[in-house]
Amino acid sequence: MESGPTLFGETALTRRKQRTEAVAKHVFFAMALAMIIPLALIIGYLVVKAWPALSIDFLLDPPLRGMKAGGIWPALLGTIYLVIVSLAVAAPIGVLAAVYLNEYAKDNWFNRVINLAVINLAGVPSIVHALFGLGAFVLAAKFGKSIIAASLTLAVMTLPVIIASTREALAAVPRPFREACWNVGATRWQTIQSVVLPNSISGILTGIILQVSRAAGETAPIMFTGALFFKAVERGDLFAYSLTDQCMALSMHLYVISTQVPGVPEALPYATAVVLLGAVLLVNITAISLRIHMRARKKW
Amino acid sequence: MAFLDEPMKNAPRPSSPPAAGSDAMEDGIATRELNLWYAKFQALKSINTRIKKGVITSLIGPSGCGKTTLLRCFNRVNERYGYVTTKGEIKLLGKNIYDPDVSLIELRRSVGMVFQRPNPLPISIYENVIFGLRIHADGALRKSDCNDAVEKALQEVGLWRDLKDRLHDKAIGLQLEQQQKLCIARLLPLKPKIILMDEPCSALDVEGTRAIEELMFELKGHYTIVIVTHNMAQARRASDECIFMLMGELVEHCRTEQLFLAPKNPKTAEYIEGRYG
Repeated sequence: MESGPTLFGETALTRRKQRTEAVAKHVFFAMALAMIIPLALIIGYLVVKAWPALSIDFLLDPPLRGMKAGGIWPALLGTIYLVIVSLAVAAPIGVLAAVYLNEYAKDNWFNRVINLAVINLAGVPSIVHALFGLGAFVLAAKFGKSIIAASLTLAVMTLPVIIASTREALAAVPRPFREACWNVGATRWQTIQSVVLPNSISGILTGIILQVSRAAGETAPIMFTGALFFKAVERGDLFAYSLTDQCMALSMHLYVISTQVPGVPEALPYATAVVLLGAVLLVNITAISLRIHMRARKKW
Repeated sequence: MAFLDEPMKNAPRPSSPPAAGSDAMEDGIATRELNLWYAKFQALKSINTRIKKGVITSLIGPSGCGKTTLLRCFNRVNERYGYVTTKGEIKLLGKNIYDPDVSLIELRRSVGMVFQRPNPLPISIYENVIFGLRIHADGALRKSDCNDAVEKALQEVGLWRDLKDRLHDKAIGLQLEQQQKLCIARLLPLKPKIILMDEPCSALDVEGTRAIEELMFELKGHYTIVIVTHNMAQARRASDECIFMLMGELVEHCRTEQLFLAPKNPKTAEYIEGRYG
C-alpha cells in the first residue's frame, strides 16, 4: 500500500463506490434478464410439446373425430374474422377520437370526463367487457351470439388503448411543426392533415397493430358473445363464416380442448397454443419493424 | 387587405371604440390598453404603443417580460397556446384585429412569424416554400405558379443560388442558417404585411446571425418587421425603433439610437447597461 493517494489515484472511498456501482449494475441486469427467461422457457416448452402435431395440415384441417385429431382451421379463421372486424370498428373511432382529444379539445370539465372515461375503460377487466357485450350487443341490439357481437365487444375493449396509443403518437409530433402551420393561417384540420398525421402515422399504426394481439388472445369477451364450441368447416375454406354466424376462435378452442374434451392427445392443445402465440408474436414483430422502418425515415 | 373582407368566423371580443388620429394608417401596429392574462397571471399590462409601418422594431427586455407574448398577440396565435384572456385593442394597418369580421386564417396569412429554432416542415424545400400557398389554395395549384413562387421567395431570401438544384431535398437537412432563411421564405408567397420574428438568430452562429440581419434589411420597407431579441447588440444593429419591456409593461419605445444612447427611463438604462436581465 502507498502512504497516500497519487494524483488522480483511487482512494478507499472510490473503490467502495465502484463496488456499489458494479453490484447495482448486475442486479439491474439480472432483473432485465429475468424478463427474457420466462418467455424463452414458455416458447421452448410449448414448441417441444407441440412438435409432433405441428404441420401445415394442422393449420388447414378442421378438427376431426370429436376434436381428438385434425387441425384448427375453423378456430384460426374465426380469430382472423374477429380481429379484422373488431379493428375495422375500433381503429377509425379510436384514431378520430384521439385526434379530437389531442388536437381540438380544450382543458375543460367535459374533456376531462372523456379522458377519465378512456382511462377507466382501459382498466375494466375483460370478463366485465364480456358481460357488457352480452347485454348490449347480443341482447339489447339483438345481434344474437355472432361474430358481429363478439367483434363489437372486442372493439369496446381495445378502443381505449387505441385512443391512448394514438394520443401518444400525436403528442410526439414536435410542436414547432404545428406552429409553422398556425402561423401561415392553417386551420386545425389542415395542420392535422398536412403535418400531424403524416408524422405520427407510424406510431398510430403500431398502437393499432399491438391491439390485434390483444383481441386475438382474449377468451372471456368472445365466450359469451359469439364464440362456439365447434363448427364444421371445410379444409382451408376462407369464407366459412358470415358476420351473423357464431364462430370458433383460437383462444376458445384452446380452452375447450384442454379442459372440456376428454382424451385429446397432448400435442394438440400445445400446438394450438403455439399457433396462437406465433400469430401474436408475428403481429408484434410486424408492428416493431414498421416502427423501425418509419422511424429511420424521420430526421428530427 | 385580404383579411378585412372575410366573413365573421370568430366570436366578437370587447373592444374600445376606434381611436381617433389622423395618422392611424401610418402605423403598422397600434395597441391601446392591451392587457393579457394566462389564466390568472397577467403577462401584459396596459400596453399602448404604435409600431411604424415598413421599419424594423425590436422588442427587448429580460426573460419573462412579455416580449414573446406581445409578439404573439399581433397574429392572435396566443389563442392557440392555452388559456389566454386578452382585453384592449390591437390595430394592424388601422384595422382592429379583434373585430368580429376578422378571420384568423386571413390574419395569420398576412402576419407571418419566424421562430427561435428554425422550424422547416419535414418535407422538401420546394414544398416548404409553397406550403402556405397550398394551405390557402382553393383547389389545385398550377405547377408554373408554384415554380415562380418558389424561385421568387428563395431569391428574396438569398437561397436560390445555393438551393436551386436541390429543391426537392428534405428541408430538415439544410444548415440552420439556411433553414431559418427558408422559414422566412415560406412566409413570402403569402405576401404578408407584417413579419414577426421571435429571437430568429438565437440558434444561429455569428455568420448565420449576420446573414439573417442582412436579410431583414433587404426585407424592410416591403414589410413591417417586429423582432424579439435577447441580444442587445442585435437590437442596436438591426432595428430602427426599439421597445423595452419589463414585467409585462412597456417601459420605453423610441428610436433605437436614442434608447441606447439616452434612455429616458432609469430602468431602461439599468437594463441596457447589463445590470439585470
